[in-house]
Formats: sequence, C-alpha cells, structure tokens
Amino acid sequence: VENVRLLDRLSSRRAVVGTLYLTATHVIFVENGSETRKETWVLHSQISSIEKQATTATGCPLLIRCKNFQVIHLVIPQERDCHDVYISLIRLARPVKYEELYCFSFNPKLDKEEREQGWKLVDLNEEYNRMGVPNNYWQISDVNRDYGVCDSYPTEVYVPKSATAHIIVGSSKFRSRRRFPALSYYCKGNNASICRSSQPLSGFSARCLEDEQMLQAIRKANPGSDFIYVVDTRPKLNAMANRAAGKGYENEDNYSNIKFQFIGIENIHVMRNSLQKMLEVCELKSPSMSDFLWGLENSGWLKHIKAIMDAGIFIAKAVAEEGVSVLVHCSDGWDRTAQVCSVASLLLDPYYRTMKGFMVLIEKDWVSFGHKFNHRYGNLDGDPKEISPVIDQFIECVWQLMEQFPCAFEFNERFLIHIQHHIYSCQFGNFLCNSQKERRELKIKERTYSLWAHLWKNRADYLNPLYRSDHSQTQGTLHPQIAPCNFLYKFWSGMYNRFEKGLHPRQSVTDYLMAVKEETQQLEEELEVLQERLANLQKSQSGNNKVKSKQQDRSKQFGLYTSNNSLANTPQEYSSDLKSFPSRSPSQGDEDSALILTQDNLKSSDPDLSANSDQESGVEDLSCRSPSGGGCLPSEDSGKDSDEAVFLAG
Amino acid sequence: RFVGSLGTIVIKCKDLRIIQLDIPGMEECLNIASSIEALSTLDSVTLMYPFFYRPMFEVLEDGWSSFLLEQEFEHLSSVTNEWRLSCVNKDFSVCPSYPPVVIVPKSIDDEALRKVALFRYSGRFPVLSYYHKKNGMAMLRSSQPLTGTNGRRCKEDEKLINATLRSGRRGFVIDTRPLNVAQQARAKGGGFEQEVHYPQWRRIHKYIERFHIVQESFIKLVEACNDQSHNMDRWLSKLEASNWLTHIKELLTAACLAAQCIDREGASVLVHGSEGTDSTLQVTSLAQIILDPRCRTIRGFEALVVREWLQAGHPFQQRCAQSAYSNSKQKWEAPVFLLFLECVWQIHRQFPCSFEFNEHFLILLFEHAYASQFGTFLGNNESERAKLKLPQKTMSLWSWVNRPEELSRFQNPLYEANSLVIWPSVAPQSLQLWEGIFLRWNRPSRFLEEAEEERINIIKYNKELQAKVNVLRRQLAEMETDGEVQEEE
Repeated sequence: VENVRLLDRLSSRRAVVGTLYLTATHVIFVENGSETRKETWVLHSQISSIEKQATTATGCPLLIRCKNFQVIHLVIPQERDCHDVYISLIRLARPVKYEELYCFSFNPKLDKEEREQGWKLVDLNEEYNRMGVPNNYWQISDVNRDYGVCDSYPTEVYVPKSATAHIIVGSSKFRSRRRFPALSYYCKGNNASICRSSQPLSGFSARCLEDEQMLQAIRKANPGSDFIYVVDTRPKLNAMANRAAGKGYENEDNYSNIKFQFIGIENIHVMRNSLQKMLEVCELKSPSMSDFLWGLENSGWLKHIKAIMDAGIFIAKAVAEEGVSVLVHCSDGWDRTAQVCSVASLLLDPYYRTMKGFMVLIEKDWVSFGHKFNHRYGNLDGDPKEISPVIDQFIECVWQLMEQFPCAFEFNERFLIHIQHHIYSCQFGNFLCNSQKERRELKIKERTYSLWAHLWKNRADYLNPLYRSDHSQTQGTLHPQIAPCNFLYKFWSGMYNRFEKGLHPRQSVTDYLMAVKEETQQLEEELEVLQERLANLQKSQSGNNKVKSKQQDRSKQFGLYTSNNSLANTPQEYSSDLKSFPSRSPSQGDEDSALILTQDNLKSSDPDLSANSDQESGVEDLSCRSPSGGGCLPSEDSGKDSDEAVFLAG
Repeated sequence: RFVGSLGTIVIKCKDLRIIQLDIPGMEECLNIASSIEALSTLDSVTLMYPFFYRPMFEVLEDGWSSFLLEQEFEHLSSVTNEWRLSCVNKDFSVCPSYPPVVIVPKSIDDEALRKVALFRYSGRFPVLSYYHKKNGMAMLRSSQPLTGTNGRRCKEDEKLINATLRSGRRGFVIDTRPLNVAQQARAKGGGFEQEVHYPQWRRIHKYIERFHIVQESFIKLVEACNDQSHNMDRWLSKLEASNWLTHIKELLTAACLAAQCIDREGASVLVHGSEGTDSTLQVTSLAQIILDPRCRTIRGFEALVVREWLQAGHPFQQRCAQSAYSNSKQKWEAPVFLLFLECVWQIHRQFPCSFEFNEHFLILLFEHAYASQFGTFLGNNESERAKLKLPQKTMSLWSWVNRPEELSRFQNPLYEANSLVIWPSVAPQSLQLWEGIFLRWNRPSRFLEEAEEERINIIKYNKELQAKVNVLRRQLAEMETDGEVQEEE
C-alpha cells in the first residue's frame, strides 16, 4: 500500500510517508525519503493488537500495538486498503499452527552441526551437577520418563533420595496437574534447597500420606534443619477460595515440621490488567507528571514487582541465612512459582548473574518446568485470558536488581530487553509450546534454532562494563534492602517505552565504558608487543635491527571514543504555543535521524530485533545509520587498523 | 532543627539528614538542646561561621575575584561589539539587587537605563543574560514592567529590548506567570508587555510555580522520603502529591522553550516573572546549560552560578535559611536554587558524558547554599555583600573548590567535551527523583558508590595504559634511530 503515513507519537510534525508491505512473516514500512529509505520491520508474532480507528479527512488510521511495547500508528489513505490490511494482519498475527511460526522458516545460515552445537550451549544436567546433585541426599528420578506422571514436567527431575517412586506418584496424585515437589535449587554450602510444586488437593480436610512423606523427605535431605518452609505465593484469600474447589494449601497440623507462609502475589489476570493499565499510561500523549505518577500507582505494577521480589528475598534468606529448605507453590506452580524460584536463585547464586548462568536459569525454572509460554505470550491464537506478562515481570525484577547492584551482573539491560523480545518473537524455538513434552513432539531442536547460541555469539554487546568476577558484588548472596525500600522500585522506561528513544538518556554510560574497555584491551596488547620488541632490541643492541616502526597515528586511537559524544538531538514540543508560530526552524527534516541516533549506537547488534531489519533478508539496518551520526561507537576499523600495524611492525 | 524530649535530641539538618542523640541526663539534654537552638538561629549575619572560619589551606586563587563580569564581557567583545558594560548601578542606586556593572546594548545610554529602571519592578531593567554566538541572538532578563491598569509605557524600555533584535525579526517575551496572574499584577502597578507597544515581540506565558508553593512541595516531598511505611502505593501517591517532579518538569520545559526560541527560531528572548529574582533566573541559567557547552564545565558552571544567581540578586539569605524542616513558617524560605540544581542533575542524567562535573559537585553547591564556612552564599545581593565586606572578611567557596586536590573529587570521569546544544527530554518517563539529595540518608548507597569507583577505575586504567604505551613507543623509536645510526657507522 502506498502513501501510508507513519506517525510519531511524541510529535505530530514528524510523520513520514512511505509504502507498507505485508509479507508472510513481517509488516514492513519503507519510507519514501530520498537517501536513507528507512525501514521499519515488525514480526507478525510481535503484534499484540490491531485497532482501526474512525476515518478522518487525511485517511484511515490503523494502530498496531506490539508485544515488545512498540506502538505503530499508520494512516492509510484509502479506507478499503486499510480494511484489507486490517483483515490480513488479524489473520497473520494469529497463527493457529506452530508450523506457521517464524522460527520454522527462519534460517540464519548455520549448518546442521552449528545448530546442534547451539542447542547444546545450555545443558541442564551439567547445571544440576554444578549445583552438586546427585549426591547423598538427592537423586535423579525417572518416574516421569515418558511424561507418565506429569506431562508438564521434564523427564528428568531431582527428588530426595528417600522419596520412592511410590511416594512420588502418590504425592503427584494429591497435587494440581500432578506437579509433585521437585528440586529447583540446591545450595551446596549448607544442603538447603528450593523445591517447587503445585497446590495440594487438600480441600477442607483431605490428606495424603505420600505427600506428607514427600515433604518429610525434603526436610530429611537437609539434615542441618528440623523444619522446612512451605511458601504459598498466593494471597491468602485466593488460596482459601481454592479449597472450595478441592484444592488449597497445606495444613500445618497434618504435615509435621513445616512452617507455612503466604506471600501475596496476585494471579495472572490481575497482572495482565495491571500491565494494561501501565501501558495506557505509557501511551498517553504528553502526560503531566501527575497523570503519569498517578497512573503508574493506579496500575499497581510496581507493587506487584515488589511482591515478587519480597517473596524471592524471603526464600533466599531462608536458604542462605537460616539454612532451611523451602517448598514453593502457587496454584499450578508454573507462573508465580517460576518467578519466585528464579528470583531467589538469582539472589543466592552468583552464577545465575552471569550471562551463561542466566540462560541456564531461564531454561531450568521456566522452560523445563513447563511454564506455558505459548498460552502466556499468545504465540498461537488462543484464549486471551491465558495471556499474562509473567516472565516479563521476572525480567523486570532482574532489572530492578541491576539498578540496585550495578556491578553484580555480567550482562546489561540490553540483554534483558532482547530476551524479552525473543520470548514473543517466535524466531527461535526455545520458547515454543507449553511444555518439554510438546517441544519434543514438535522436534523443535531439529527444526529450529536456539536463541541462546545467537545471544552468546553476540555476547560482546550484552556485557556490563562494571562487572568483574572478583568484585564483592559478584560474590555470594545479594541482600537487597527490605526496610524502607519503596523508592527503590522504579519505572523501567528502557523496556516499556523502549521504542521512544527520545525519552531515554541520550548518552549511554554502558556503551561509553565498553568502548573504553575495548580500547584498554587493545592498549594492553600493544603494550605487550612493545615490551617484547623493546626487549629484543636491547638484546641485539648493536645488532642490525632494521624494523621500521610505523609510527601510528595516535589521534586515530584517541578518536575511538570521542565519537560517543557527537550526539545531536532535537527539542521536543515544549510549548503548544510555538506550534502556531511560523516555524523558522532550520531543518526539521534531519531531526528525526538525529533522534534515532540515540539508539545507543547499537551497531545493530541484533538486527532482527527492534523494528529494523532481519538477517534473512539481509537488509541493512538503516535506522541506525544516521547521516549526522558520524562514526558510530567503537570504530572497529581504526582499532583493528592500529592492531595490525603493530603486529606487522613486530 | 530539633525536637527534644526525654533525653533525646533529634537534630534535623538542612542537608535533610536527621541525627538522633540519646543523652543520659535530662537537664544536660535540655541545656544542649537550647544551646544548639540558640547557635543555629543567630540573628546577625556577622556572627555566622564564615566570619570566624580560618582556612587550613593555601589560597591559590581568590575566589572572590575569579568570576568578574568584566572578564565575561571581554569574552563577549571578541565576537560582537553590539554590547557595552554599564556602570550606571555602581553605587547600587539604580537597582539595589543588581551588581555594580551590567551588560546592555551599546546603543542605550545610562540615562535611558535610569528611565527604564523606573519602569521595571525594583529597578531591574533588562540586561544581557546570555549571548548565543552561533546566531547572535540574545537572552535578556528583567522584572515585570510597571504598566499598571492604565497601560503606562516607556519608550526607552521598548528601545532597549528592540535593540537586541535583528531587523525584521521578532523576539519572544517569556513570562513565567500565567496570563491571569500577569493581568492581576496590573492592579498592583505591575503588568506585562502589551502587543501595541511591543509589536515585534511575542509573549509566551510559561507558568513556573511561585516560591512559597515550591517550599510546601519541598516539605511534603522530604516527609514522603522519610516515611518508613512499607506500602508501595503510598510512596507513589505521596511523591505525586508533593508535586515536586511537576515543578521540575515545568521548569525544564520553560528553559527548553527559551533555548528553543534562541537556537531553533533564531529569536532573541526576554525572560521575566514578577520580581525577576527567582523563576526568571532558573529559566535563564538552565537555558544556558542547554545552549552553552562552557556552562557544562566546572569553571563555567561556577561562573554561571555567580553571574546568574549571586550577582543577579537571588536572595540566598532569605531563600536558604531553614531548608525543609522548619518549625515556624518562614515567609521567604524556598528551594529555588535547589530546584535549579536538580534540573541540572536531570539533564546530567540524560547526557552523562557532557558535563565536566559530577553529581557530588551539585550536592556540594546545595549544601553550601544552605550552610557553609564560606561567605559566598551570604547576603541577598551584591549590595548587601559589599556592605558586609564579605570579600575582605570571609573566604570564598571558589577559593577552596578550585584547588586541584578538591577539584579531582568533582570531576566526571566520563566527560568528553560536547560542543552541541543538548535537548533534554521532559517527558515524565525521563524524569526521576534526585536520590542523591532526597534519599541520600536513607538509601543503601554502598553498591552505587562501588559502581562509581569501578567506572573511575576503568577510565583511570585506560589512561595509565595510554601513558605507558606512549612512553614505550618513544623509547622504541629512539632506540631504533640509535640502531640505525650505529649501523650506518
């Protein structure tokens, strides 16, 4: 469709005209602009909702909201075209079969071996070994070999050694969806563990001997402690209501040596509405400070984030400080339980705060234990009531921790944002389906690629420059402040206003420091070479050393990170009064590009990401290349240049 | 400030810290409390610490004469000859709150200035605040014109501000009051520039909250920050109810607008509210941070504070007497300067590599504006400072800060000079509470400090390596030439 206008939410002046294309996998908008022909690519699987608004004099507006929080506002001149686009998008955005998803057609041009290698990057067996199991207390159980006991659990689960197959099966029958207690995290230092399950089917008075034995077994697996905590992450009221349906929570009288604890995290429906409300606030056109703060509070989003964090902190404290094992559950044990277990693991174990460890953590607590990715993130057309930002909340918890502990994480904010993006993108097979069983049936590993390998390949872009493996923040347990800490939780504009670059800091400290570090590394190498040559020269003092040292242009190297600052940007609309005034502003035109430059000089680290282009098509990421941008970040060329020169000379 | 009871003294400091002392004897406690009370509420300025403070450091450069307007004018003269220094106020008779020398358009003589002063509130006639070298546009500041209800006019005033316009171009008057307040001001003899008399000027009312409202907001915010309750919702609604961030947003918006008029519209700007000593200065000084890279250096920022706040007659002694915890209601108290510093911090946060100074430097200025061993922020204007003989009797803050060993603490390791205009975002998502001030005493700061240390170390290590590599290169080059020489021999 031609002559479509793409509107900028922040400024009505910055609309661009271009052509809209629909392909099998993407919506593509190509600007008519003479030189750059900026392109916007949106994966169909990212589309969250499409809204057709009332036709105006200028055309028919179409609003596309994406799951990665991008909002695209198009105006299509012809009502009929708009309707066609609308109908096609509705169909394209809601695939009914897994085979329609992008990951089955996505081909990053890797051979079979590389693909297999990619899937092997994260290995859960290795991870359990790292934790220290199996050992004297824990063993791997094969009761769920062919998903016979619980179809949403993995085939290999770790259980206490004293829990026999009989106990496990018995316990599973007493738990929702037969999700029996299984090991999530084991603390080598003091034998305390985090186990997870679903709610017991206790109703008002039902008991199950095997289930009670199961909890006993978990306690016995930690000989240092004479009780375990059972943490129900639901609000008490919800848990009680469940009793009427024959479900519920553990009665302290029936289970010996447990301490029972409610932690009120709301259910997926509350969370979905909360996010919805918060996004409405983000979408407001020029909100006042009060509108924003009031809306943020009203959404309750940060309150929910804090509840999840509090639960994680409680469990981490129990395990690390009290040395007590914890059993965590909610209703089905695949949403709140996953959130809380993974937050607690992250606090407890520095390994999960590394890039590799974080991948393992998601694989362990989310993917393997049957978090329903397909339902929660609406990959296939399904029940809208099943959709909820469960893992988004976990990812935000990590970000909140990163804000409080800037040196504790090996990865940076961009890493989190890209993972969130790909949970919805369906470009990689990792997050397809609702369980390991379904993924095996679909032969995901043979037919699609792994996101982890892709992220690992580009890990240089995701490093936190402040991370040092020998830093105090990277050792042991993290202790976030609990007492007056409300103000510690902040709105994450980097995520929820991700595509409105104008709102973000115009200079990225992370990128700047990464550039400095890169240069430092080059200097180190050069230093070594110079020292060596100096030593050689001294040896053959009188010798016939004819090496012509190519004196390097130092300015080239120093130029490395000055480019970081050459940021032009553009004023926002500070006054509505000004608009009516004949604008004599020199060049509104190039301002757009200046704005985009703030894209943290992304070097298009992940081209398929963001709204840009994708690897398959090989279209270059034009939006990053702004005319006024000059040399983007670490001008690798100049860096390599000098390196090579050194080596040649040596 | 303190509340004493049962052997406990709670000292609430102007830097927002709260100290609690438990003192065994009741009588002793009361004595201590009354002493502190008496000593913290001295009547006479001359009894204050700066008059007794004896510096323990060697003065390398006297801060009292570090930032003279004459130097600024010299700098200006190198690019334009349209302006002149006027000494019309040398004995503070034309305008008591102005410094003895001001910069005005060359074509306006002192006689005209005297007439204009009579037409402006408190005699604050329009003077040059900032000259934008890029396009020769000027920013002026003044107080409101005394048009009154009958629409008085002053030909000299019109001539003065028109002298800053290029022929055929228009200018903007940014009035920091809403239209209705400006209209009401006429009844009290004040007013605003009417279109009939100022046809080349377009008036924009960009409302910035008056100082006493801001003070209320300040008190509410500090209360909210000290609230230990555990409820997330209450925190956000209290933050919202304080309106503090709203003031920040309004102020930044007004400053951006002024900067936009100058840089993007290519127009001259006149800024004023009623008195021209509070919101006017906030706008003009922030606009300079946005427009002028010099103001983002340490020295440039100090010069800006001296020029646009101290010399321009912001009544520091009235505004910065008690800070947020005052028992009695202080009529003139207001965190006007703090609001300015916070806006600088907000811009700093958005452009972390464009400022030579760091957050600690801004916090330092906040502290010294309220309580200091230095005389810099004493008095309400230059006239009072001259009467108190501050330059002779007290030490200047700048004498201390500008010593190399002190300066190093305030340097931003990430600084790379950025010669461009920096346009901050004023969207609510882009603005944050300044934790370094408001949560300074109740947030865990260890991890953040460690991060700062880490940043410094990364840069330091890089610089050291650079130096080492350079030395080796030179050595190598020397040895090689030596080698060649030997060979030739």
